[in-house]
Amino acid sequence: MLGKTAGGLFWMFRYLERSENTARLIEAGQHIALTQPASFGDEWASVLKSAGSYASYVNHHGEDILHDRAIGWMLRSRDNPFSILNMAAAARENAKLVRTALTREVWEAVNENWLTLRDALARKVSERDLPDVLALIRQRSAYVRGALNGTMLRNEIYDFARIGTFLERADNTARILDVKYYVLLPSVVSVGTSIDNVQWQTILRSVSAEGGFHMTYGRDARPREIAQFLILDKRMPRSLSFCVHKLQENFYYLYTGSESHLLCHDLCDQLESHTTSRTIDEIFDSGLHEFITNFLQSLNKLGSQTEIDYRFHN
Amino acid sequence: MRFSVTSRLPAFPLADRMIDLKNNAQLFDEMWGHDSTLRDAYANFNNWLEVEEPARLRKKQTEAERLFRLSGITFNVYSKDDKEKETERLIPFDIIPRIISAREWSRLSTGIEQRVRAINAFLHDIYHRQEIVRSGRLPIELLTHNEAFLPKMIGVSPPGSVYTHIVGIDLIRTGPDEFFVLEDNARTPSGVSYMLENRATMLHMFPELFSQNRVQTVLNYPRQLYRSLAKCTPAQTDNQPTVAVLTPGTYNSAYYEHSFLADKMGVELVEGHDLRVVNGRVAMRTTRGYKAIDVLYRRVDDDFIDPLNFCSDSTLGVAGILDVYRAGGITIANAPGTGIADDKAIYSYMPEIIEFYTGEKPLLKNVPTWRCNEPESLSYVLENLADLVVKEVHGSGGYGMLIGPTSSKRELAHFRKKLKANPGKYIAQPMLSLSTVPTFTRAGLAPRHVDLRPFVLVSPRGVDITPGGLTRVALKKGSVVVNSSQGGGTKDTWVLED
Repeated sequence: MLGKTAGGLFWMFRYLERSENTARLIEAGQHIALTQPASFGDEWASVLKSAGSYASYVNHHGEDILHDRAIGWMLRSRDNPFSILNMAAAARENAKLVRTALTREVWEAVNENWLTLRDALARKVSERDLPDVLALIRQRSAYVRGALNGTMLRNEIYDFARIGTFLERADNTARILDVKYYVLLPSVVSVGTSIDNVQWQTILRSVSAEGGFHMTYGRDARPREIAQFLILDKRMPRSLSFCVHKLQENFYYLYTGSESHLLCHDLCDQLESHTTSRTIDEIFDSGLHEFITNFLQSLNKLGSQTEIDYRFHN
Repeated sequence: MRFSVTSRLPAFPLADRMIDLKNNAQLFDEMWGHDSTLRDAYANFNNWLEVEEPARLRKKQTEAERLFRLSGITFNVYSKDDKEKETERLIPFDIIPRIISAREWSRLSTGIEQRVRAINAFLHDIYHRQEIVRSGRLPIELLTHNEAFLPKMIGVSPPGSVYTHIVGIDLIRTGPDEFFVLEDNARTPSGVSYMLENRATMLHMFPELFSQNRVQTVLNYPRQLYRSLAKCTPAQTDNQPTVAVLTPGTYNSAYYEHSFLADKMGVELVEGHDLRVVNGRVAMRTTRGYKAIDVLYRRVDDDFIDPLNFCSDSTLGVAGILDVYRAGGITIANAPGTGIADDKAIYSYMPEIIEFYTGEKPLLKNVPTWRCNEPESLSYVLENLADLVVKEVHGSGGYGMLIGPTSSKRELAHFRKKLKANPGKYIAQPMLSLSTVPTFTRAGLAPRHVDLRPFVLVSPRGVDITPGGLTRVALKKGSVVVNSSQGGGTKDTWVLED
């Protein structure tokens, strides 16, 4: 397999994953904005931060975070490389580059994703249409995932697609935790207040995990349990542990298909043991914020090392 | 509405006739002939057409576009004015097939094979002993003053003596048995993905048509292409040869075709920056290091293929590939330097070329051609400019040409000046009445002019011609320009079984 192709697959699936997550973040942000009007400005700032679009927003529009603008920036701005519209185009460009590695079904799903979103996001999306548009975005990425799962051979092509997906997903969940970690910290004063409840629900909502959480822990959200769920739960498909485990699995498949042991395999193993070897209490004791910062750094390093080891560029 | 789809097509109205001042010949429609008699090849199809609901067909026509859009068979259009503007366009597809009988095809393919064999013999000769020049049949200037002639190829013998592994021969038709070769495409002919996607789309939309008509398949093309290329491997290897397709990249207008062919053949699609010369071989960068390539089907022009040997600022090729090639380390398809064979100045010598190398009369006719660098021809062309088509010798894509009969006096005068200033740049041909095939228009079916590009594969084993090819259709009423860049569309081309 060409190095370029591995790189194209990796990025194609990173874009698709991030685009879906951004839609989810906007949905959670819109929900809190509609139900808790007082917390408006702050909430959109943290949504932008979680989506990785805050710095570029401020650079472009200034410090003033306006509801409409923030949504437009993440949905369809041409100036934001991580707007959903730009990412749909970037995913398709990468898919074109690796067309020979994809089944017709996967290619058509990615192509249709772009064709559909290009039309849906051609004009400013009104508040009334927003829920439908966000649903459409998630539905389209579900089609791509379905085509991938249902039609692709489980070989190294699939491994690179999965590595891109789970690297991005782990990064996205970690960034949500990074932005919101303070509401999960034990604090005598605010535990059980409605503000916290809203914040906790938002975190769960932005990773589509409300239902799963309630199934596992019952109706009452407790910060420690939320952190446990998002960081350590091995059955929650967007938790850090789950993602890291999947990364390890796919790197292992790549490794067993070749003769050489590469540095990225070590980095992945380290990340895995660092993430899953501690209990949630130990993580809180040694500092939740430090834990997440370290996690993001290691993830980043793993990504760059993968690009080098598998010759994406040269 | 003259051409409703439910009633038979009546004789064509005068307004729709092609302007043919010279011969005033009757227009030939491939379905309805000269005189509105249904031709045999279309009999079955017509039975189907007669009972089809026009509304259903119209819906199918729209559905076809959606299918093409989804498959991504678009071509990039370079827009200088507006970078934000949509840059991907679809070539319009017409759902009415163009049908060729087995008998017609067998005559055509024999002529095509003769021509392609002659082209390969010609290429071998001009890069070796140049017997054709020595014999006085071809002026040496045509080679020496020609950019398409590559001196670096002199003395080089490609594996199996195959120069043009893939050829597209552009044909036009003027009557039941009148076919002419308009152009040979011996460099990197494109359009084969349309031939294949058109068929796949027709099979998807009108399966019943293919049970009612016995149509020869074209869908084996990618497999034949692979086999044909694999047979041209440079050295005897026990292993399966490694074949790759070289593309200029995703922004090239034919990128879809490049990725389509690589995908269907099951080989890698590479760009210049994926390749480098390693240990005397051209190799591609894989996730596990460099892997040598045996046969490279390149869709990059000669000028750009090797920055060391040709265009030094090109990033589309591989530095040093030509040296590897000359040393027998890789097969390049088509061979560098084949462009000389489809040069428009050489074209006018094709009848002589065919006779010289095959010892036979050409089975397929050339369109009569006046070379404007010859004084007698030039004065004829200047006198009869309003009846002629004038083309640039090195032009392509229908650009820079003059269609006399449809040009204004001012345009003619302007072109006359250009001709006088630089006669060697032009050739002229009579305006032939291209055949028409019924085509979907807003008002129903109407005759539209077509040409045909069959695709030919050459390997040391022999010549393989896919039954059919790409039919291009000029969608504008009366137009004879079929190029997609100028409003042309395509049709599925059927060759019936015997």
